[in-house]
Amino acid sequence: MELLTSQLLNGIAYGTLLFLLAAGLSLIFGLMNVVSLAHGSFFMLGAVIGFTIVKLTGSYWLALLLAPLPVVALGVAMELLFMRRLYARGHLDQVLLTFGFTFVFADLVKWIWGADIKSLQIPASLQGMVGLLGTVFPVYRLFLIGFGVVLAIAMWIFLERTRIGTMIRAGVDDSAMANGLGINVSLLFTSIFALGAGLAAVAGVAAGPMVGIYAGMDVDIMVPAFIVIVVGGMGSLRGAFVGSMLIGIVDTMGKSLFPDAALFLIYLLMVVVLLSRPQGLFGLQRAG
Amino acid sequence: MSVLRITDLTRSFGSLVVTSRVNLSVEQGERHVIIGPNGAGKTSLVNQIGGQLKPSAGGIFLGEEEITGLPPAEICRRGIARTFQRNNLFRELSVLENVRLAAQPRRGGALNFTVPASRFAAVTEAALHALALVGLCSVADQTVRNLSYGEQRQLEIAIALASEPRLLLLDEPTSGMAPAETARMIALIAGLPRSLAILMIEHDMQVVFSLADRITVLYYGEVLATGMPEEIAANARVRDVYLGTRH
Amino acid sequence: MTETALALPKRSASSLPWVVVVLAVLAALAALPLVGSSYAINLVIEVLIFAIFAMSLDLLLGYTGLISFGHAAFFGVGAYAAIILATQLGLGIWASLAAGVGLAAAAAAVIGYCCVRLGGVSFIMLTLAFSQLLFAVALKWRAVTGGSDGTGGLGRPSVLGWSLTDPASFYYLILAFFVVSYVVLRRLIAAPLGHVFVGIRENEARMQAIGYRTRRFKLLAFVIAGAFAGLSGGLYAMFNGFISPESMYWTASGDVLIMVILGGAGTLTGPAIGAAIFLLMKNFVSTRTDHWMLIIGIVFICCVMFFRQGVYGTACSLLQRRRTKR
Repeated sequence: MELLTSQLLNGIAYGTLLFLLAAGLSLIFGLMNVVSLAHGSFFMLGAVIGFTIVKLTGSYWLALLLAPLPVVALGVAMELLFMRRLYARGHLDQVLLTFGFTFVFADLVKWIWGADIKSLQIPASLQGMVGLLGTVFPVYRLFLIGFGVVLAIAMWIFLERTRIGTMIRAGVDDSAMANGLGINVSLLFTSIFALGAGLAAVAGVAAGPMVGIYAGMDVDIMVPAFIVIVVGGMGSLRGAFVGSMLIGIVDTMGKSLFPDAALFLIYLLMVVVLLSRPQGLFGLQRAG
Repeated sequence: MSVLRITDLTRSFGSLVVTSRVNLSVEQGERHVIIGPNGAGKTSLVNQIGGQLKPSAGGIFLGEEEITGLPPAEICRRGIARTFQRNNLFRELSVLENVRLAAQPRRGGALNFTVPASRFAAVTEAALHALALVGLCSVADQTVRNLSYGEQRQLEIAIALASEPRLLLLDEPTSGMAPAETARMIALIAGLPRSLAILMIEHDMQVVFSLADRITVLYYGEVLATGMPEEIAANARVRDVYLGTRH
Repeated sequence: MTETALALPKRSASSLPWVVVVLAVLAALAALPLVGSSYAINLVIEVLIFAIFAMSLDLLLGYTGLISFGHAAFFGVGAYAAIILATQLGLGIWASLAAGVGLAAAAAAVIGYCCVRLGGVSFIMLTLAFSQLLFAVALKWRAVTGGSDGTGGLGRPSVLGWSLTDPASFYYLILAFFVVSYVVLRRLIAAPLGHVFVGIRENEARMQAIGYRTRRFKLLAFVIAGAFAGLSGGLYAMFNGFISPESMYWTASGDVLIMVILGGAGTLTGPAIGAAIFLLMKNFVSTRTDHWMLIIGIVFICCVMFFRQGVYGTACSLLQRRRTKR
């Protein structure tokens, strides 16, 4: 029972990380009809930049705050200089483009930061364990869960209550209509792409102490994030949240209960959803 | 026996009802025209007959067979072919190739992977026949995107005809056309063989009254009236809600 | 995608130069072992194997309009199956190769059945996810696959008692496989089935409206492409004598995708040329710098931005424009 509770919490912590990625991916897809394959790279970039900031300043908090900024700038630049030029050609070319960038970023990270495995130092205030629900649990993971919940609520408020959030929702529902309403769709695209990049970078810094920093962490997080989106449904924040928690918990529980079959569990879950509800649990039904 | 029979067909999106208990039939060889103001649910109705949109309730029968909610491919195979309001073509392929693709399911060979497609003479012949019906034989070798808009509208119909349907659904065949092109389109549709039943949506009253055997008026998803053209023209309610909006 | 094989004007008017080009290329390929070093022969063998792999992806990407980011999975299945069946179950080399192709097609059928349910962008994510699953299986099923060390020992076959172990004879075997694959795929594309694939690429909704159950055809394209990928994997296992999970990793799927785009999607010949350019470039760059991924990434980005038709596609359009000017 103790083990189950602590694994459940671990699953939620992992799900929180996935949510930070999946939320951005899902909104980008909903708005631009593009899967950003570079999203894993933004995650990795956030982690390594955070690593450098911790090394220079010794402050994890500074890393969490500052590391996403250059990644956001990168996202803006990528959207303005590259993606935008391909609007007219359709979204598949944009996907190919983001794919090209994953090669570039993977190599650059290896070049600048080296291929060895690194770990992010946890700040003193978040070290140690705490008793919870009859089990002991790392403080850092609890912090991560709380942090994710705060971000999720912030995003929800942003989407529901702010002007630009309303525009994004309008654009996800019907970009042609949003255009007709005089919403500046290209500005929206840039902001959502950059926002997604920033969230991925935040997730990277947050993941640093938990999963470590290594070459290949980009795709290792992308695949479960994709599965989250397929399960939760594209273009839906709620879908991203429920999907992340589901995949996070199933994967973590599976690894502790059936170590040999764990790998297949999340795929099995995905296939079941695909066959019974192709648009995902909360997905938008899209024509074409 | 009717070629097409629709009973109490209903489709809603949440609280919005786009098709409301529609009853309608198309007889052998009939030219049946659906009219109605914008948002009356005309295209939604055609989409349900063609399989692009699943009905919420009610039935669609082709002859004796129920086809309600079948996917588009199955409906086409059973003998209903349609055109689209906005040109929906294979723009990068040749005109002949567009029509050949449509003729292929009937003539067979779609799974053949060793013999060049050009050797399937029966398919080519059927395609050329469909092109002849709409008068596009002279541009058969051109790439579709190089055709004029009017020619592309004609190709829409040729593709549908190549499926050799029992019932042809035309979704505003003259939309966006210049008057001269419209006149040619009327002649083209009037010249189609009477063995074919046609259900068509049309906005242009000149087209409606020069082709229709029978007219159904849709208004907010409901059938307001069905009858001969002269009956519809004299119908007071139709004048009020539909023709009235035009004045 | 503006590149279309079917829209191109009939080649018959200018077929003489084409015949000359094809014969010259074949003659050059046939003569290579007489003049080339064994290093050159081995390099061209690798090119021909990956050309088959790239052409198989082109059937999906260029002709059917399905972008698969997990095509290396089927290459890997073909390679692993050939080696494992030959070394652990004692099957003959040819039987192992054939079984590898069959298993790759079967894997493509199962994975494809799930993937073709969603179109466009979701298809990309699903193919990537499933290929990473197969990669993980190759990595973790140590007892059978040898884990991260990989596995080997397939050896090279003999034909009618004539051993093909030396580079030159093995080269002719691979050349024969390449030519046959090319001809089979070429014919498929010109046949009605190929036209159906192109129709789906151009306008899937209309294909459904004119009576095609498009999902089945997409699955069929996926299985055929998977089978040819499996063939190239099996041949690679013969050539290399060894396979490791890396050949199934997402970067491997990326490599073959780059080959197709680089050469020109939807041309069949282009991806074969793309495979050659990619491998020659990789050979050249890798001996001089560690930053191959950076360089190929930039080349690929430029290709998508400015030369979407690829090397061969661009050359074809230039030739065509000159011809129409005259």
